[in-house]
Amino acid sequence: MNSIHYLYAAYIATWAIHGIYLTILVRKYGRIRREMEKLRK
Amino acid sequence: MKRGFTILAIVTGLLLSFALYEALIAAPTERTMGDVQRIFYYHVPSAWTAFLLFLINFIASVFFLIRHDSKSDILALVSAEVGVVFCTVVLVTGPIWARPVWGIWWTWDLRLTLTLVLWLIYVSYLMLRRFSTSSQTPKLAAVLAVFGALDIPLVYFSIWFFRTQHPSPVIGNGGSLDPRMAYVLLINWAAFLCLAWLVCWTRFRLEVLKREVEEAQALESLLEGPR
Repeated sequence: MNSIHYLYAAYIATWAIHGIYLTILVRKYGRIRREMEKLRK
Repeated sequence: MKRGFTILAIVTGLLLSFALYEALIAAPTERTMGDVQRIFYYHVPSAWTAFLLFLINFIASVFFLIRHDSKSDILALVSAEVGVVFCTVVLVTGPIWARPVWGIWWTWDLRLTLTLVLWLIYVSYLMLRRFSTSSQTPKLAAVLAVFGALDIPLVYFSIWFFRTQHPSPVIGNGGSLDPRMAYVLLINWAAFLCLAWLVCWTRFRLEVLKREVEEAQALESLLEGPR
């Protein structure tokens, strides 16, 4: 594997990790909003 | 508050894009490692950000143990969670960088092992908070955080006091980093700090909202009474 591929792999992995965490936060927010809606009813 | 958040989000986006350009294109190529050395601009700032977040977790945990206020507890939780994300980046980018440079993905070197231990401590902290249902959980977690924080200086200073495979510090005392590289490193750290601040802010508000909903649900079930 060319060394440039390791560079791309590291940068992609970094953004993938942050992306996964942000997705978890968005899903958590969705769940809380649904709970709030249920409480309002 | 909402305006401040939007401004921070825009600044973070711009800074991250600029930092990426600086790291991949503008920074000079290192003579011995070549382009793969550019991993440094993500690996090192992620480590510094993780250390800072774990330090915030330590301070917030001490505050919580003294004052028992929920804001300190939430700040401790949030900083540990975001710190684990940045520490994961360090543990993933490190081996990707090590493979072409050292010829191995991992070695049980002191700094690498202590970083893995640090990550495991904070993952166990988050597990405790997630799965324990005891009312004492925040207190237990705060105590774990106080002891867990002892690993931060051990990780940081391990390359100063012991011979390790990991390179010595490149900036500060005894560092020999090219000023242009140091500038790109600091730009990337600033970008990651803004990202960490933004994510912590979001996660803090989310946790406050979650606790309010849980309180409302508890109140509702009390008012409804046993069926």
